[in-house]
Amino acid sequence: MERYATSRKRSELPVQFMMLIYETEEAFASRSEQQPTALIGAWRAYYKALVDAGVYVGGAPLEAPTTAATVRVHGGQRRVQDGPYADTKEQLGGQIILELPSLDDALDWAARCPTAATGAIEVRPVSPRVHELVVSGNA
Amino acid sequence: MRDDPGLVVEHVARQSYGRLIAFLSSRTRDVAAAEDALSDAFLSALATWPRDGVPGKPEAWLLTTARRRLIDRARHDRVREDAADSIRLLLQQLAHGTAMDDGGFPDERLKLLFVCAHPDVDRGVHTPLMLQVVLGLDAATIASAFLASPAAMGQRLSRAKARIRDAGIAFEVPDRNELPARLDAVLDAIYAAYGSGWDDVAGSDPRRVGLAQEAVWLVRTLLQLLPGEPEARGLLALMLYCEARRPARRAANGDYVPMSEQDARLWNAAMIDEAERELAAASSHQRAGRFQLEAALQSAHVEGVRCGRTDWNGIAVLYEGLVRVTPTVGAFVGRAAAIAEAESPSAGLGALDRIDPSLTKNYQPYWAVRAHLLRRTGREPEALDAFDRAIGLTEDGATRQFLLRRRATL
Repeated sequence: MERYATSRKRSELPVQFMMLIYETEEAFASRSEQQPTALIGAWRAYYKALVDAGVYVGGAPLEAPTTAATVRVHGGQRRVQDGPYADTKEQLGGQIILELPSLDDALDWAARCPTAATGAIEVRPVSPRVHELVVSGNA
Repeated sequence: MRDDPGLVVEHVARQSYGRLIAFLSSRTRDVAAAEDALSDAFLSALATWPRDGVPGKPEAWLLTTARRRLIDRARHDRVREDAADSIRLLLQQLAHGTAMDDGGFPDERLKLLFVCAHPDVDRGVHTPLMLQVVLGLDAATIASAFLASPAAMGQRLSRAKARIRDAGIAFEVPDRNELPARLDAVLDAIYAAYGSGWDDVAGSDPRRVGLAQEAVWLVRTLLQLLPGEPEARGLLALMLYCEARRPARRAANGDYVPMSEQDARLWNAAMIDEAERELAAASSHQRAGRFQLEAALQSAHVEGVRCGRTDWNGIAVLYEGLVRVTPTVGAFVGRAAAIAEAESPSAGLGALDRIDPSLTKNYQPYWAVRAHLLRRTGREPEALDAFDRAIGLTEDGATRQFLLRRRATL
């Protein structure tokens, strides 16, 4: 209940946060099943709740990390390798951008994400300063 | 336990942390300094007790060591203008302490609880502050419970302690006139550590915290120091009822089991007996309040499951009282659920419709109850939508699965 919520520092304007959704191998494997699974039902409901709350900006699920290719051009040398950039147990499975007043609010939504129960959700503010520099071209 | 100095330090830390902090900070009002001094004292205990043996009165040893640290610090603190005052206060305290026989020192935790929930301290930090200074929980544990970042929580706690020191918030038990309102704030903060006990119709409060044992410990401490307050007893009864049912809330495979389908044999009978006794003792004061009402609601549910027939009219009446005392969204949703059972599902829906939508937008129990009642009145498309909202707002995996299964029956 809001009256018990920890103190929340509200900024004047909503801030954008990105949720980076890390999934287990099993979660990626379950996506290939033909029938819509309970997980898909949970995700549909979660998406709806985000939209109804007016916090959803955008997002996309990713195919399995085995489909990834990673490119580097270091010292003029091209190097392409199969697979994701980082070799970790849980892999990036998608991202969602939210617009909310505070990090605390973003963490609330991260906790409700169906993947939080099996994987992990990293929450980070989108950098408005860097975005502004890049987009305005004033740098 | 005597054999292992490390274990003794840990044991003393758990039992005495709050008492030592309360006593060390009660005159200086500097909680952060007391914490630093006490953690230094714990460190030197860990270094010296294994070598020299555990002192006869470990608590007194820690107190003396921590006080010396505080005095040293105040002496070296040339910057703060009131350093001289601090030294004087500490010397008084030291004299006072030595005059007392053995390691005994007054229990100032009651004052500390009132300081943590003081109106001049940001309301949102009352509970975290209590958990840290009375129980010694670290900021990271508290942050996880409140779904905040540990760094942000650490800052909030530091700011609150600075506020207590700088605003000179008095370490005292409020007088008779002030006591009821001030006690409410303390009880609210303790209950917030417990989180929501309301678990019927798959409503799980998205902000629940779940430091259940810590909360029960805090209210027991409060009662020990302030035995004559019926609302404190009511809060203990409420938490015991909820705790007693915990083993029945999950099936063997981890599935969520709604209250009405729980196996009463799995409840902790001794805990329920204690809850009944506490509630009866509280009621004898003839000063009903929010927590006694909530405990009475739990008692009615427990009785209903035990005898196979729930008195929904009685429960609806208790909710009427509750929304009058504490008009929170949780109480309104509970009342609507009770009206649905006592009268009809559509009457319950009517009660839900009358709640301010800005309060219910992201309140999971509202959507869970709504979905359940829409299903019972045959309004299927709306029920599907409400189930989705409830599922999307659920944090608990077992509750999510339960609601998904319910939705699939439509």
